[in-house]
Order: sequence, then structure tokens, then C-alpha cells
Amino acid sequence: MNVINLDYIASYPLLPAVQQAMIDAIREDYVNPSSQHQLGDKTAEVLAGARDQVALLVNAPSAKEIVFNSGGTESVNHAIKGVAFANAGKGKHIVTSNIEHNAVLRTLRTLKMMDYTVTSVPVDGYGRVNPEDVARAIREDTMLVTIMHSNNEIGTIQPIEEIARITRERKVIFHCDAVDSVGVVPVDVQKLGVDLLSMAANQFYGPSGVGALYIRAGTRIWPLLDGGVQENNKRAGTENIIGIVGMGVAAEVARRDMDSRTAHAKKLKEKLVKGLQERIEDIYLNGHPELALPNLVSVSIQYIEGEGIVLMLDEENIAVSTRSACAAGALQASHVLLSIGRDFADAQGTLVLTFGIFTTEADIERFLEVLEGVVATLRSMSPLYLKAKRAAA
Amino acid sequence: MAYSETVMDHFKNPRNVGEMKDADGVGEVGNPICGDMMTIYIKVEEDRISDIHFLTFGCGAAIAVSSIISEMAKGKTLEEAGKITNKSVAEALQGLPKNKLHCSNLGADALHLAIQDYHDRKAGKISKEPKRKDPHIHTHGDKCYCPYCDVEVSEKSPLCVNCGRELEAAH
Repeated sequence: MNVINLDYIASYPLLPAVQQAMIDAIREDYVNPSSQHQLGDKTAEVLAGARDQVALLVNAPSAKEIVFNSGGTESVNHAIKGVAFANAGKGKHIVTSNIEHNAVLRTLRTLKMMDYTVTSVPVDGYGRVNPEDVARAIREDTMLVTIMHSNNEIGTIQPIEEIARITRERKVIFHCDAVDSVGVVPVDVQKLGVDLLSMAANQFYGPSGVGALYIRAGTRIWPLLDGGVQENNKRAGTENIIGIVGMGVAAEVARRDMDSRTAHAKKLKEKLVKGLQERIEDIYLNGHPELALPNLVSVSIQYIEGEGIVLMLDEENIAVSTRSACAAGALQASHVLLSIGRDFADAQGTLVLTFGIFTTEADIERFLEVLEGVVATLRSMSPLYLKAKRAAA
Repeated sequence: MAYSETVMDHFKNPRNVGEMKDADGVGEVGNPICGDMMTIYIKVEEDRISDIHFLTFGCGAAIAVSSIISEMAKGKTLEEAGKITNKSVAEALQGLPKNKLHCSNLGADALHLAIQDYHDRKAGKISKEPKRKDPHIHTHGDKCYCPYCDVEVSEKSPLCVNCGRELEAAH
């Protein structure tokens, strides 16, 4: 069965080169890289190689600043909780934005139960944070600002450099959740000026279950997991060497191919956006038209609910994701879409379409054709559509 | 997707879809904040539902619920149709995922409102707007229950300690 995958952001497919590197690594009998014998040394070398590859991808000044872990969620948890615990003496106030990922929101939820306080700044209609709002939200007792690089639902990229200038001036630690950006768009920790940056291998054609946190040298942070001395004393537990090898290769290829991947994605995005606008009436495109991920399109289709669209497309072997509350297993509409001003009904009928190197123009064409029919079917059942058409008549 | 075969069948091939312009009774439930809206139209002949149509804005479960209740009610007397419950609809669909039992299973409510609307019209109480009702989204009784797993939860807790889901607005 040939499924057209327009849900890359859930987890990008593995690159063949990554698969091969991981298979080879399994056959190599790697051991614990912390072991003092020659088998340990050999494994440590492989680990160091992967660390260099990841450090280069984000232009970290030193590979020692890359801490491998289990993925984006752990990175975010470590960055926020680790800084909160290590800097509680300074204060217990954290600044964030209204459109962060659940990994950030729920980490902050836990900290709130431990008497930390959080100020969340709003975003504009494109989903952009105003750096001046961040500056205003920082208080005497603020020890952390956490803002995402790009948004996973609408693709909008934040003015991270400008926010980092403010946090440096105010001497507040800045964590950037760049899970959906690293390996997709250029991310340079030195240029951005961030103290911590979260990334995940499965968001750039690497394996799931492995990620990394960039921790600028000198940043005060506690480990999230206590135990051994691995990862420069910052993340205990024997490293997932097979996964890390895969992440290293994925990072190297991402750096090498970034320009050609971006060019391919932009071509598809243009076709997709144009096709949606031509074929389907009463839609909104969400997110910033320029400052956004090149391989994400978020579209709100009025008068219908997203889960029905997903199920009907699935029947036609097309995989997409919805930010409708129902399909995601939550009862509330997306906080991101409500934050950029969509109403509840429109937020329910929103698709997040993400694609990449294996997506073809023919895939986009077929998706558009099938979607047109699905939307017509669901609208023919919708009381909201009937009311809207009657009001317009 | 955790839907039964019957749910998928009714979702993919919904029965009795569409507006009914000369309906004898109309019932409307839900709102888009909850994620689902359902309108049921009935035609009544000699105290029997001779025809029934629906329009639904909602997830796969909501569409399947509307479709199957239209089949269940068609041909029944008003009294018999009045006895159809949301529970019996869910059973006829071979069950629904737990979180859909609350937000999407509004079919019987819409049907009962349509029947009431028919009786009201017959009694001369003609309302311009269809009968409508918004389902409650807060507690049943004094206590709060998790909408996903039905375990009692604390009003203050942001998450259900049983199933781990976010509670904030809807419990």
C-alpha cells in the first residue's frame, strides 16, 4: 500500500543512509562508552564523532555543549526543570509564550505546582511573539525565558535573536525549543545567542527516541536524571549509541542538503497553497507567509471538523494531521489556533500538512484532488455550512 | 483509530443526510466550542416518524451517531423513539471511545428535542428558532469527573491522576 505521507512533523521518515549506519552500528557490538577498556574507548570514539556532527549542525562552539538524551521532550524537560531547580535561589519566575508545545506547557504546569510562577506572552495573528512583550514580562525574580524557534502547528518562526539580546542584557537564561527547526531550517546557536536549545533526531530524518540539548558552557543547570557521570555529568544513563549514531548521520546529511531540501519544500508549499486557494472556498491559511517553516502548511477549512477529514483521507491512503481537538484525544481546541485569533469552529477544521524530501508534486496534486471531494462531502452534512450559505444568499 | 466497524460504516456511508425543508419537528444540540453540533429533522405521520434527516458538524463519532439514530428512529412511534437513549445509540454502534461518549453522543438529545418541537408546534407554540440545548461541560452533581476515564478528580488538579489527561476547561 502506497500511502502519501503529509504528516512528516509527527516523525520524519528515516533516511536510507541513517538506516544503514544504525544497522552497521548494531553489528559493531558497541559497549558502554564510559568503560575504561579498549572496547569502551572504541565506542567513545563513535560517540564523539556523532557529537561533532550534531554540534556542527547547530554551530555549537564546542561539542562538549551537546548533551544526548531521549528526544525533544526530554530536552525541553531538562532545560526548563534543570534551570528552574539550579536557579531557584535567584527567583522562581519563568517567561514563555502562549503557543508553546505541550512539552513546555506541561513542564511549566508541574513547576507551577511547586510554587514557580509563569508569565505567558501573547502572539500576533501570524503567531509571532513581540520581543518587547518579553522584555516587559521579565522581572527581578525571572531566571528563565523559554520560547520556541518554530511552531509545530502553524510553522511560524520567532524572533529568537532579538529575544536573546534582551535576555542577555537582563542576565536571564534563555531556552529555545527548536525541535521543529533543527535540521529543517538553519539554526546557529551562536548567531541566535541562546543558552539552551532543544532538538530531536526524528525531526530531521533520524530515529525517534534520541535527541540532544545544547547547553552553553557556564549555564547553571541541574540534571533531570540522576545517576552516573555520562554526558559531562549532565545526563546520567548509558548512552543510546545506536540511536546517537543515527542522529549523527542525519545531522550531517541535514547540514549538507539543507539548501536543496529547502528549495524542494518551497516548491511543494507553493503548489499546495495555490491549489488549496484555487480549489476550496472559505479557508484560512495559518502562520506567517514568509517567516515560517518551508515544509508546513496549516489550513483551517471552515464549517467542518478535522477528524472527519483525516479519516476520509486515510481511506484514500493519504496521511495528514489535524489540530481538531477530537482527533488529538483532547477536548479543547488548539491553544495555538485560538491564540492567533481563530474561533472555536475554525480551529476544529484545521489540517497541519508537513512534507519533505520523499514528497513529490504528484503527491500534492493527488492530495488536492481527494481533499476537494472530502470537503464537499463533509460540508454537505454540516449545519454550519448550511447556515453560512443561507446567510450569504 | 479506535472506532468500531459499525461506526466506520455509518461515518463512511451516512444514512439520511441533509436538511428537511418541510420538517414537522427540528432539534439542535451542541456548539462548536464542544466540537460537535447536531440538527435532527423529523416528519411525523399518525404519531410515527415517517422520515428523518440530520446535519452534523463534528468528528467521525458524531456523524456515525447521527446516522445510526436516524435509522433507529425511522418508522418508530414518537413514544418508542422517545425511549431511545444516548446509551442505546452507543451500544448500537458497538461502543464509542470513552472521551466521545460525552462530547459526540448527542443524537438522542437532538431527537428528543425534535419530538418535543413537534408536540409544541401541534399545541400551537410555534418557535422561529429550532429547539436547542447546549450540553453541560462541567460537573455532574457536586463532584468532578474526568471526561476521559470517568474517575473522580479534584477540582484543583490540572490533570487527571488516573489517565493523565489535561482537565482544565471540560470536567
